[in-house]
Amino acid sequence: MSHPVISTKFYTGIWAGLICLTVLTAAVSYLELGPFNIVLALVIATCKMLLVALFFMGVKYISEKMTVVVIVAGLFWLFILLALSMTDYISRPWV
Amino acid sequence: MSDSTPAVATHNPALQHHFSSMHQQMEASVMGMWVFLITEIMFFGGMFCGYMVYRYMHYGAWLAGSQHMDFWYGTVNTVVLLCSSLTMVLAVRSAQLGQRKMIVIFLLITILFGLAFLGIKAEEYYLHWQRAEFPGLHWDYSGPDPQGVSLFFSFYWAMTGFHALHMVIGIGLVSVITFQAWRGRYNSEYYNPVEISGLYWHFVDIVWIYLYPLLYLVSRKHF
Repeated sequence: MSHPVISTKFYTGIWAGLICLTVLTAAVSYLELGPFNIVLALVIATCKMLLVALFFMGVKYISEKMTVVVIVAGLFWLFILLALSMTDYISRPWV
Repeated sequence: MSDSTPAVATHNPALQHHFSSMHQQMEASVMGMWVFLITEIMFFGGMFCGYMVYRYMHYGAWLAGSQHMDFWYGTVNTVVLLCSSLTMVLAVRSAQLGQRKMIVIFLLITILFGLAFLGIKAEEYYLHWQRAEFPGLHWDYSGPDPQGVSLFFSFYWAMTGFHALHMVIGIGLVSVITFQAWRGRYNSEYYNPVEISGLYWHFVDIVWIYLYPLLYLVSRKHF
């Protein structure tokens, strides 16, 4: 088996957390926070992503280390894509 | 697990001959699916990267374009997708327990949520089309920076469109799995297709988790 059987109650709890975070991010969008609107929205989105990935996709329960390496490598590659593209465009006016 | 025991002794009919155990076969399926999902992350990652760069270059146009988004369509669809992820994970759980009937029921509910998402999305697309907010084909915008705003809408249609395409594929996938589950192809020892379809479904959910704030929330008009 790929991962242990988790109780329905636990999964429902994770789902309730995801709904709460959705309500929170929608409510916070009504506030005027300047540049922190996007920061806060992305932090909440990342929390939701982690809940889905760790528990619904069972990343937390993966026993095969190679699969974890694949996931981490993929996310690192995405980080390179986004970070290096942005450093390029942000620093262009500097020269 | 049965890693050390010879496979022939406890041969499960679903065990492929090149795997030494059901456990190894499942691990291989899950890792293979993750490798595919990484290519999907790169596919959507390219569009998210483009969104970031152009948002940085045309910030005013992004603010103006965001005012044309329908907050409630996006919010309701987020909730619908999160519900579908819950029923999907419960379907996988039922498969782990070998409850054939429950797998079928949860998968059918998942399909219904998926169809509800697409229905709401279609309604939203129709509204955007009516307001002539489709760059290139049906475009009529008289506000400031029309080129930048049309760029914003291009990203909107491309990103949500590819997401919707993934939803359609997901619904097709889950329909096949539902049929196979109904025929009794899965049991607590072998449910790999249910597991990896679940991974796909949750991945598409995660894409929307990021699309929702980026398109509907961050530049919202504050009433």
